[in-house]
Amino acid sequence: MTADLDYLESQSIYILREAYNRIDKLALLWSIGKDSNVLLWLCRKAFFGRVPFPVVQLDTAMELQEVYDFRDRIAGEWDLDLRVEQCPPEADMDQTLPPLTRAAARKTEGLKNLLRNGKYQGIMVGIRRDEQATRAKERVFSPRSLEGDWDVKDQPAEFWDHYKTRFDEGTHVRIHPLLHWTELDIWRYSKREGIPIVPLYFAKDGKRYRSLGEKNITFPVDSTAGTIDEIIAELVVTRIPERAGRAMDNEAEDSFERLRSSGYM
Amino acid sequence: MDIRNELNGQLRIVIVGHVDHGKSTLIGRLLNDTGSLPDGKVEQVHEMSRKRGMPFEWAFVMDALQAERDQGITIDTTQIHFKTEQRPYVIIDAPGHTEFLKNMVTGASQADAALLVIDAAEGALEQSRRHAFLLHLLGVRQVAVAVNKMDRVDFDQYRFEAVSQEIRAYLAELGLHTSTVIPIAARHGDNIVTRSDKAPWYEGPTVVEALDAFRPQQAPTELPLRFPLQDVYKPDDRRILAGRIESGRLRVGDTLRFSPTGATATVVSIEGWNHSQPIVAAQAGQSIGITLDKRIFAERGHIAHHEEGAPHVTHRLGVRAFWLTSEPLAVGKTYTLKITTGEHRVTVESITAVIDIEDLSSTPAKAVHRNEVAEVVLRSRSPIAVDLASALSRTGRGVLIDGHDVVGGCIVVEVDEGPAASTNTTEVSHAVTADERNAANGHKGGILWLTGLSGAGKSTLAMALERALFDRGWQVFVLDGDNVRNGLNAGLGFSAEDRAENIRRVAETAKLFADAGVLVIASLISPLQADRARARAIGGERFHEVYVAADLATCESRDPKGLYRRARAGEIPEFTGVSAPYEAPEAAELTIDTGTVTPVEALGELLDYVDGAFGRNALKRDRV
Repeated sequence: MTADLDYLESQSIYILREAYNRIDKLALLWSIGKDSNVLLWLCRKAFFGRVPFPVVQLDTAMELQEVYDFRDRIAGEWDLDLRVEQCPPEADMDQTLPPLTRAAARKTEGLKNLLRNGKYQGIMVGIRRDEQATRAKERVFSPRSLEGDWDVKDQPAEFWDHYKTRFDEGTHVRIHPLLHWTELDIWRYSKREGIPIVPLYFAKDGKRYRSLGEKNITFPVDSTAGTIDEIIAELVVTRIPERAGRAMDNEAEDSFERLRSSGYM
Repeated sequence: MDIRNELNGQLRIVIVGHVDHGKSTLIGRLLNDTGSLPDGKVEQVHEMSRKRGMPFEWAFVMDALQAERDQGITIDTTQIHFKTEQRPYVIIDAPGHTEFLKNMVTGASQADAALLVIDAAEGALEQSRRHAFLLHLLGVRQVAVAVNKMDRVDFDQYRFEAVSQEIRAYLAELGLHTSTVIPIAARHGDNIVTRSDKAPWYEGPTVVEALDAFRPQQAPTELPLRFPLQDVYKPDDRRILAGRIESGRLRVGDTLRFSPTGATATVVSIEGWNHSQPIVAAQAGQSIGITLDKRIFAERGHIAHHEEGAPHVTHRLGVRAFWLTSEPLAVGKTYTLKITTGEHRVTVESITAVIDIEDLSSTPAKAVHRNEVAEVVLRSRSPIAVDLASALSRTGRGVLIDGHDVVGGCIVVEVDEGPAASTNTTEVSHAVTADERNAANGHKGGILWLTGLSGAGKSTLAMALERALFDRGWQVFVLDGDNVRNGLNAGLGFSAEDRAENIRRVAETAKLFADAGVLVIASLISPLQADRARARAIGGERFHEVYVAADLATCESRDPKGLYRRARAGEIPEFTGVSAPYEAPEAAELTIDTGTVTPVEALGELLDYVDGAFGRNALKRDRV
């Protein structure tokens, strides 16, 4: 009963192969969360076992220890070309942002440093439309200025599977191969494929991480789901938004939009 | 396939219609009434409206952007997931404003079905008609209509019938069939999830029932095979042709023909990763990789298919185009046409008609303006493999690209078969066939293309091989880079364009020799991958690339013509290996490292290879 997962998988592989063929210098952002793990798995499928571009972690040194352990194990087992980009400190951030949003903005700045130093033309990111309302407006191939600005009012047309893959100087493109997946799809697919998962997603003492971010701005939510099957069962009935445990989303009405339009993932 | 599974698969619905006819309100209501909104969302929207001093609107549930909330309009398309008892949905909200038509098209081109929303008082205004037309162009064939704001016309049955008749007639003219027109009042939830008691005369489905009656698009597995290549990968000693099957089926053992080159080969394997069993078959919708029994020239944009049911190969085609940008499409202009993964430079030969959205009449024109639909004839320099959109939609539709931007979408409505670039012109126009020449010579004609740095030993090897083969009675001739530059290509310099042209001419000449049954040994630095790929395209299956590899230090130490010394002194600008790049072949049929083997050993390797590829055994293999 997984014909729909086959469709999602095939569509994502198509996008990954388009990106790999059309964009000269590519990197994949690995947050080590459930979505980017699925993205890495799809890369291995698309390119027959190997991930043919660097995998970058934007590190704020604020991840939970389980995340670092998982990163180091998988990077070795999957033979990833892992690059760790240290994000600049919070003191350097735009002081007009609300405090938690400011903490999140460190990743945006880390990404800009990565673009400047690595001269990457394309960055692959595992975001999904169902996560957040501004992400729902994303394109599969989404051009940004080098400063990361997202011109949400003038995005390129995407007719069928024809994406914009040519860009002016001073532009980079975000590629979103998982845009059409839902949270439930990610878990069903992880189960079907046996994809490794950071244990923090499974409930311990009545709490689990539903969306995994840094320890200062992400919090576990109430749950008793200790296995993937239980997570799937939970998601089918829940009406609590996925990012409820993400503090910065809810800080101000447009916190997330402000973050995104200046370059956040 | 299991029917229940089909019914339960996710369905993508686009909501279209004129601005302010109530699309976002309908969606907000649909989400709320099916219990699909997250906890706290409605309270959040109430709070937001209060802060702005605006009355609560269901449409606000959908507006994600600050500007959308401030202006109360939908700017960009958005996608929202929700569920009915029947199955999960993705609702695609498409902006109604004319200036955001590009975004409406982006949303609608992903949809399985559409819901067209029309204001009961205003009827089908121009933008409703344009959206309906675009749905047709985009290939969305399932359409239901919701006549909204029925509360404003007191649920008047006659008013509903009038609007309903008008839009049914329009859709029928487009070839879109709709049986479902629903009277609704989105603001109050009438006939959305629950049946309204205000229109007792209406007996049809609610909006949710209408959505549940739509069917997911079926992958076209029963149509002819179309497997357009996205890329070629070489993860190890395999050469995997990767792409997505757009229609039909493919099995291990199938003989495939590739258009537009006409090359054929047999599928040896369908490659996968993390599969416990070998894959023996694949079908439409699947992204796969295959390996073939022989090395043919195949690259991104080529379409693999079966011998039966081939696509059209043409230089001239008629398309129905939708134009997105302010710079008009005009006769004489050149664009890039992208169909599946193939890209072609095309020139607009004529604009047969611009279509009036209102009454669907058409008139010839010199230009197509933003948001207009027109019939256009395109001419291409390179042969294009395509299908008529009416027969095979996925290989019959594409986009026009100007500079870096997608500026229009189009579907193929006519193909001029004309004198397309047939790969068989030699065989049909000559009285002596290639087989006869091969049999008489005792070997095949072909092109052995030696590439490598200056000083790698290409010319030395080429001449030694020519001698050895001639002594065995072969028809053989060397085309040497330096020699052709003194005659055939005397007019060419060393600019990038001239170098490319030099290679093209040598390849064309080599092809003529090969046609004549001769084994041609072409010996050229040919530093760029793209130029050699073009030479391979010209030579076809008879083209074999030999990489005469020797590292730069070795070549420079030999420096037989003293060129490196002069290049280092700055006397020769753009010298390959010193101040200009050399791109080593990734998939040469043979690599000989003259830095590590002696000239005698190198010649031996080359002779073995030539025997296998062009000698008597090769002739026998072809006859089996």
